[in-house]
Amino acid sequence: MGVAAIEVSGLVKTYRLGDVLVEALKGVDLSISAGEFLAVMGPSGSGKSTLMNILGCLDRPTSGKYLLDGEEVGGLSRDGRAILRRSRLGFVFQGFNLLSRLSARENVELPMIYDGTSAADRHERALSALSSVGLADRAHHLPSQLSGGQQQRVAIARAIVNTPALILADEPTGNLDSVTSDEILGIFQRLNDERGITMVLVTHETDIALFAKRVIRFLDGRIVEDRVVENRRRPPAPRENAG
Amino acid sequence: MNLYSAGKVAFRSLRANKMRSILTMLGMIIGVAAVIIMVAIGAGANQRISAQIASVGSNLLLVVPGSTTSGGLRSGFGGAPTLTMTDARAIGKELTSVRAASPTMRSSGPVVYGNQNWSTILQGGAPEYLEMREWNVVSGRNFTPQELEAASKVCLLGQTVSDYLFGTEDPVGKIVRIKRSPFTVVGILDRKGQSPQGQDQDDTVFLPITTMQKKLSGSAHMGAVGVIVVQAVDADRVKEAERQVVELLRQRHRIAQGGTDDFSVRNLSEMLALAESATRIMSLLLGGIASVSLLVGGIGIMNIMLVSVTERTREIGIRMAVGARERDILSQFLIEAVILALTGGAVGIVLGAGGAMLTSQLAGWTTVISPAAVFLAFGFSAAVGVFFGFYPARKASRMDPIEALRYE
Repeated sequence: MGVAAIEVSGLVKTYRLGDVLVEALKGVDLSISAGEFLAVMGPSGSGKSTLMNILGCLDRPTSGKYLLDGEEVGGLSRDGRAILRRSRLGFVFQGFNLLSRLSARENVELPMIYDGTSAADRHERALSALSSVGLADRAHHLPSQLSGGQQQRVAIARAIVNTPALILADEPTGNLDSVTSDEILGIFQRLNDERGITMVLVTHETDIALFAKRVIRFLDGRIVEDRVVENRRRPPAPRENAG
Repeated sequence: MNLYSAGKVAFRSLRANKMRSILTMLGMIIGVAAVIIMVAIGAGANQRISAQIASVGSNLLLVVPGSTTSGGLRSGFGGAPTLTMTDARAIGKELTSVRAASPTMRSSGPVVYGNQNWSTILQGGAPEYLEMREWNVVSGRNFTPQELEAASKVCLLGQTVSDYLFGTEDPVGKIVRIKRSPFTVVGILDRKGQSPQGQDQDDTVFLPITTMQKKLSGSAHMGAVGVIVVQAVDADRVKEAERQVVELLRQRHRIAQGGTDDFSVRNLSEMLALAESATRIMSLLLGGIASVSLLVGGIGIMNIMLVSVTERTREIGIRMAVGARERDILSQFLIEAVILALTGGAVGIVLGAGGAMLTSQLAGWTTVISPAAVFLAFGFSAAVGVFFGFYPARKASRMDPIEALRYE
């Protein structure tokens, strides 16, 4: 694959839990090319979420380098990272993390509220992002009026609305049944194939990881396995009125 | 994030917790309303005092006849007729700092017109007296110096007397009887209202002091007068006038060095200025006490904002994850606090104005709602919102997005 979108070397992250220093990442070297679809696996506490937080610029590494598109971002200020998150990154969480009082469309508009996009522009882009995940007709529904799969698709629409280079998905199917999970992964594959968005997916389910192109496995803060997926799964033929 | 969308976001979250928002605002409403009412009452009292000062006349001194000692018994001021017409004339003519002086005399008695009678204050004086008291003649004329000299039987009626004796009839030119002597009514005095002591100043008949001395009182001390009213040239020379009056009278009364004055000089504007400053202190005090409730309202806002920030930790995390900067979160919560404070303030102003009007209706007090007080209250509520909203908003903006997202 082409240029490395993410270049991480010697990444160390230590937390202080009371008097104990916990080393969540013990020197991680990882290179992710643009357009890659990477699944990160490992038991809980192995450091995969810590890596995701650092890759997502929600957290800073204790030491080590993090180059995003060739730019060192490990040392950015809080506001610098916030601007980076809204312009280049998209997040999809296990718990959807939609704002319950806002409609689907308003949730999708959220990243654009903070970068000064005009209201008319926000509207249009939010609706087009929603229709690209098949929810154009649910734009005015509140999250509570949507199924889990639909809520996650709203979250995906929110993640892609600012045309990010990288989407980070942390256990995005953890709260979903297997049929819906497959649909969500299908959307990820489509965004990866059609738009060339780099995907990083954290999961502990092997059959979910098989949707990716490459799988790495964490254990005790280190990468212990890094392999290419031989038989990539593809979602079953889309149902009508999915959701 | 621009102000408009920030305001919209803030407004929505306030609406989502309607009851809580209203209760929080109630603190501000009560605080602002209290300040408005108290300041209105204070300003009303001040205005009343100022009106009274104006009604007495400016730069006035009162020379009160003094005490005498007879048989070891000392009478108080005013107890002895030590002032004379010539004293008054001398004060008016000889002193540089005195613009005018008028001898006065008061007594009371019935005034009769036709089958109506009314017992009232008989106020004797020189023609200058009215001018010094800034008391206009609304109908007819003042009596003349010649009439004073001749002790003519002419008089001017106060509004109250005119109302009771004549009703709607025009009294000018009519004959009334004062203590059985016929007097021609030459003029009607303007309405003056209450004195600082609460007396109806319009319940009076004004007549030449000479007439009063010769025709009405039959006093043993011919030529003696009551109080001499003295007007200084201007406000800066009231003190000087006071000194000159004392000097002149001591000389005229042949009081030796170290001897006790047989008169006393009272500075009216000074007394009223004292009363004015007392009410000003009172209104400051009232406003200060009311401000405490505004402070309590502000603390209520801070309290609720802190609860709200904690409750919405996850929302804050989400907003940060999608790219909200510190200042975006800060302004969102700050705007919420300011909206709470300003809405509360606006309602408080309306209620306070209503309350002040109700107070003046029910208790009969003068209240004054000045635009300055309203703007000040509004600005103050905004300041309270910013001040008490800042800490919770800063707490929200400093959150760690990872922790915030994990918050259940």
